[in-house]
Amino acid sequence: MSERKITAPSSNPESEPFYAAAKEGRFLIRTCTGCGKSHWYPRTLCPFCFGATEWTEASGNATIYSFSPMRRAGFTIAYVTLAEGPTMMTNLVDCDMDSLAIGQPVKLAFKPAEDGTPVPCFTPA
Amino acid sequence: MTIRGKAYIAGAYEHPTRKAPDKSVAQLHAESAAGALADAGLTKDDVDGYFCAGDAPGMGPVNMLDYMNLRVRHMDSTDLGGCSYIAAVAHATEAIMAGKCNVALITLAGRPRSEGHSGTAARPGNPNIPDSPWETHFGPSTVNLYAMAAARHMYQYGTTSEQLAWIKVAASHHAQHNPHAMLRDVVTVEDVVNSPMVSDPLHRLDCCVVSDGGGALLVVKPEIAKALKRPLVKVLGGAEAMKGQMGGDVDLTYSGAVWTGPAAFAEAGVMPSDIQYASIYDSFTITVLMQLEDLGFCEKGKGGAFVADGNLISGVGKLPFNTDGGGLCNNHPANRGGITKVIEAVRQLRGEAHPKVQVPNCGLALAHGTGGLLGSRHASATLILERE
Repeated sequence: MSERKITAPSSNPESEPFYAAAKEGRFLIRTCTGCGKSHWYPRTLCPFCFGATEWTEASGNATIYSFSPMRRAGFTIAYVTLAEGPTMMTNLVDCDMDSLAIGQPVKLAFKPAEDGTPVPCFTPA
Repeated sequence: MTIRGKAYIAGAYEHPTRKAPDKSVAQLHAESAAGALADAGLTKDDVDGYFCAGDAPGMGPVNMLDYMNLRVRHMDSTDLGGCSYIAAVAHATEAIMAGKCNVALITLAGRPRSEGHSGTAARPGNPNIPDSPWETHFGPSTVNLYAMAAARHMYQYGTTSEQLAWIKVAASHHAQHNPHAMLRDVVTVEDVVNSPMVSDPLHRLDCCVVSDGGGALLVVKPEIAKALKRPLVKVLGGAEAMKGQMGGDVDLTYSGAVWTGPAAFAEAGVMPSDIQYASIYDSFTITVLMQLEDLGFCEKGKGGAFVADGNLISGVGKLPFNTDGGGLCNNHPANRGGITKVIEAVRQLRGEAHPKVQVPNCGLALAHGTGGLLGSRHASATLILERE
């Protein structure tokens, strides 16, 4: 089954810089300048302490937290836990969906959405 | 101050339809309201409070109260998804305590079956919903978000598909006695695990039905309940909570019931082991298993063993659940199962459940629901009711 087309992400002023950086191949997350903790999804106010946050570049290394193959629809939705701490929703791509496992190491693989915007997917490391 | 004993559920009505292409959504709300009033022995002029949620068309109370031509002095349209109507009973009790109304009407209705809204389709993006720019394009749907919760629970606690299947088996044993249920055939564990995989590890028979329909409740102040001729079903305790992704500290193995359960039990002054009947929201089998654990009916992670071997079947197991067949077999009107959970709990406490599933001398019942999506963000609501 061919992989599902990724719809174009919607965007708002808090998400625009992320997708602008993604077009340059950079994977950004936000980190609090007060408590130092990184979070997901990115917000201007830290969800842990309401302090100010800034964009920081993430390694793209992660492990699978959970996933669900939808074989007829042709894609695998997942949560992956980033090396920097937060767990994020994503798709697992370029893989055999029957050989995936929770805890498996994965790495970032930007994939173009229908409008060309790169979205952060992950693939077995 | 607590809501314990401050109001009673005097009327409860489940619309018998499961497919209503010839009825409007507002009509289903109104027919449900009329049914609950007839059940209680009250009239529309007695209603002075109205509670609805996101399924009510337009501006909710504004459009629905105009359609029904009701004049009320208190309104609440808090939308907590499918568990809204469980929370609404507690909210109505609070309003009655505060003197804001005496007879509170709660309605739900919808036609997802006729309109083709199963809840399984991908949701469209909306940039003003804060998570949407980060998630919608990855294809989250109702079923795959619950599937990820199931997959993680299996990984962490060793829960199996066969154990989850027992939840559907128990629901089907109850549904066979409900003439209105959509699915009345008794199924086996093998039937469930051999049904088509929808979103791994959830099979088709792990999922609830998609049905048109509606329901209504009347929550009234004690003096009014005692003047009516219906058995007295008293509100003992209620609680609500919301659980999301917690800034990225995602944990899909528990629900907001870990907070609402203890709070509701404390308010009611009872323990999980005191509950004789439980209505547990069953959008999927995993929803039931996780909520049972989180409410304290068994140890965390042991839900699989708890639900196995018919333990949820009335007359067979220790905790009779969803004796109307639940969302898994009977009805999931508007893709929101909260109101039917309360309605079956009321039937059990009145002794008006089907004789084949009626819990003998049922004096204490719980109704619990999840609204939204277990795998991303959801609300939880718990209600404890007592026969007086």
